[in-house]
Amino acid sequence: MKKISSKVAAMALAGILGLPALAVEVGQAAPDFDLPGGKGAVKLSDYKGKVVYVDFWASWCGPCKQSFPWMNDMQSRYSGKGLNLVAVNVDQKAEEAQTFLKDNAAKFTVAFDQAGKTPKAYAIKGMPTSVLIGADGKVLMVHSGFKEEQRDELEKQIKQALNLKD
Amino acid sequence: MKTILLGVMAVVGLTLLGGCSTLGQVSPWEKNNLAKPEMTFGGDPLDERFVQHIYGSKENSSGGYGVGGGGCGCN
Repeated sequence: MKKISSKVAAMALAGILGLPALAVEVGQAAPDFDLPGGKGAVKLSDYKGKVVYVDFWASWCGPCKQSFPWMNDMQSRYSGKGLNLVAVNVDQKAEEAQTFLKDNAAKFTVAFDQAGKTPKAYAIKGMPTSVLIGADGKVLMVHSGFKEEQRDELEKQIKQALNLKD
Repeated sequence: MKTILLGVMAVVGLTLLGGCSTLGQVSPWEKNNLAKPEMTFGGDPLDERFVQHIYGSKENSSGGYGVGGGGCGCN
């Protein structure tokens, strides 16, 4: 009887706490995704052997708006050197994302995940979150938020991933 | 018999207590309406910032008011 009641108590405790999702960490293989995009399906597996910068954004997120011109800049400067930029939109309403994209033109690949499966798989902790994935498909960097003073560091990480010298 | 009944009731009570915590979690990518400025208590962003600064410096605590950062759930 004692055994059973302690088991039940443990189960109840687990129910109270809820099981936290494990965040994607540096060195882990990046979870694959297959999402509808602005120009056809966007799959992470299509970028096998390439450096990918995945950015999770939403129309209601202020810093995301600030990050768009910067990402356009990164795209134009480093796409020729092997960088692939994929911005995953997590808006639940598609029209909100479209309105945002009208005001903030994106030169990079945009994918849409209304169900939120991809951010869940990556267990992101804030918006925006960017994940830099190396040519070997493993996570090189996870960065939450977008601040003016962090731009140089992010660019440095991109350069390192591409094996470019400063 | 009485103790078993009590035990069962306690377990049911405990499960009920935590019942909503697993249902009502809002993930950072789901904040949407919660991230809007009108969801904060204060109306004026500058005034809000001023008040928070005082809390930060006098009470040695910050954050926890609405959605952090630029209404995005970061920081």
